[in-house]
Amino acid sequence: MTRKQRKELLRIALGLALFAAGWCVPGAWLGGWAARAVFAAAYALAGWDVLWASCRNILRGEVFDENFLMAVASLGAMALGDFAEGAAVMLFYQVGEWFQAYAVGRTRGSIAALMDIRPDFATVLRAGQPLRLDPEAVRVGETLLVRPGERVPLDGTILKGESTLDTAALTGESLPRPVRPGDQAPSGCINLSGLLEIRVDRHYGDSTVARILRLVEEAAERKARTEAFITRFARVYTPFVCGAALLLALLPPLLLGGAWGDWVYRALTFLVISCPCALVISVPLSFFGGIGAASRRGVLLKGSNALETLAHVRAVVFDKTGTLTQGAFAVTQTLPAPGFGRDALLDLAAHAESASTHPLAKAVAAAAPGPVDPAAVTDLREHAGRGVSATVKGRAVLAGNAALLHDNAIPAPTLGDLPGTAILLAVDGAYAGAILLQDRPKPDAKAAIDALRRAGVRQTVMLTGDNAPAARAVAQTLGLDAWHAGLLPADKVAHVERLLAETRAADPKARLAFVGDGINDAPVLARADLGVAMGALGSDAAIEAADAVIMDDRPAKLADAIAIARGTLAIAWQNIVFAIGVKAAILLLGALGLANLWMAVFADVGVAFLAILNAIRALALPRR
Amino acid sequence: MKQSFRLQGLDCANCAARLERALNKLDGVAHASVNFLAQRLSLEAEDARWEGVLRDAKALVKKLEPDVTVA
Repeated sequence: MTRKQRKELLRIALGLALFAAGWCVPGAWLGGWAARAVFAAAYALAGWDVLWASCRNILRGEVFDENFLMAVASLGAMALGDFAEGAAVMLFYQVGEWFQAYAVGRTRGSIAALMDIRPDFATVLRAGQPLRLDPEAVRVGETLLVRPGERVPLDGTILKGESTLDTAALTGESLPRPVRPGDQAPSGCINLSGLLEIRVDRHYGDSTVARILRLVEEAAERKARTEAFITRFARVYTPFVCGAALLLALLPPLLLGGAWGDWVYRALTFLVISCPCALVISVPLSFFGGIGAASRRGVLLKGSNALETLAHVRAVVFDKTGTLTQGAFAVTQTLPAPGFGRDALLDLAAHAESASTHPLAKAVAAAAPGPVDPAAVTDLREHAGRGVSATVKGRAVLAGNAALLHDNAIPAPTLGDLPGTAILLAVDGAYAGAILLQDRPKPDAKAAIDALRRAGVRQTVMLTGDNAPAARAVAQTLGLDAWHAGLLPADKVAHVERLLAETRAADPKARLAFVGDGINDAPVLARADLGVAMGALGSDAAIEAADAVIMDDRPAKLADAIAIARGTLAIAWQNIVFAIGVKAAILLLGALGLANLWMAVFADVGVAFLAILNAIRALALPRR
Repeated sequence: MKQSFRLQGLDCANCAARLERALNKLDGVAHASVNFLAQRLSLEAEDARWEGVLRDAKALVKKLEPDVTVA
């Protein structure tokens, strides 16, 4: 509660006390004027600021200002002789406004706290002395000191110390990440256990923290269609209701000879509910809460329009490497020729490839039964685009593709359509076997596809530049609906355009999301209804091009985000229907003379309050 | 040129919507967006006219919402 809010609360409480006192004053005193005076005092105490603001606004020509309308309604009620009702209208209006401000402030605060990853300071070692500086003042290449419990202020590489990092604020991942010298330390993480020395790799402005904060700030600009609808509605609603009130006050008495007091009173109920506040607050608040909920799970949305699109996603197109798969090769199968064992094959291959930095060579080394002995390898030669030849432990070894064996006139069996990439081996001039390597699906990729299907996604498609057998293996393991292999970046755009058209043809409201790791994906990310970049801790291009960013590299987060988006949209529409419904009902009852000002005040601030409470639920999404 | 400002003391959603409408009508403003919940104003205008537009926008905020400060 802010100081202003405390002051307001005190004022409202005093107003309510005076109001109660007004009821205790015997009605007969001074011909009823004693009670009226007390109610008027309660009214003045509670509503002077509203009256003052409305005077100010009239001078500016703002007629449809809610202060002015509330002032007219309450003063009108008093003019009709019911001081208690006039005071009550003003008091409850103020109570409602106070609760609104309080609830919105609290929600805003909790979301802001969620996104508050800004480091307050950076401790820099300069001339061996620790110096506390503004993170902006730290230069690239300097050494940071980060103590346990402190936030990593700038992106860097760990020089000294071992620790665990809490990346929850960035990725939503609650499991701490162990780090050692040489590892990356993204800014915004909290150092949990050990003292770390970190070399600064990026200036603050380019650091993860600054990029995320910029993203969150920019999210404010991109409003959802539902929000735009509410803004348009609010714009016509107030003048419409005020006009109707005027007609209601004037026409029946003039044309039909109705009683003035009766019809003016009915018109006043209109004025009380003429503010579209409930809608104007609760709908954006729902979206804000939804964006907050998603960011807590490590999914950053660039605005409520992205949230809205996400809720309508019916087709998801994935990039393969690095998105559905780990982007790293591993040995999946060995096919030794007679006379060779699996271990012997791997051992020879690992030795022959020991000088290579190719990802395939690393995967073979990782699968080999023992460490590589460099002294056992001689005559090592690389054959570009083919493989290597070497003498390993006195034996002539060839390791590479079919072309390499063919060049050396060594007959090799055709392996056929095997998934992945094969390394063929020949030893002393004879075929010795093959090693199959594959980029494996991420551990949660299958769960991600299943969850998407449960969430109502009708089509899951994989696009890849990789070869067909490798793509088929992944697609079959994960149970994807379709896959296309051997694509160039331009082909991917063409495929996405075709799928967009198909999705729209099936259901005009359906949307298509493309999920990629941000490398070479920018055109496709931009073309899809919703571009989702993954593993964005470190990739600038992805953050720029995408509409949504999954901070870590877990595709399963997408289904979570869709659930949050659906829940948020449901809440927003509940609020729209509830608020408009109640207001319409009270307008009707008011016109018929069946609603009094008390009911009208409820329809105004009560509905706003309930709608806000409902909107706050978005922050707690997804429900289990 | 485009810049984002904090609107301190913006505590009514309808006022925010009104402010946004008024700012968008201001001469020289290419696009203005007020987010009540983030308490942020994002203003876009031609580079050449930026200083003047910014001054006008601040004056307009002061006039419409005296309790709000642009930071």
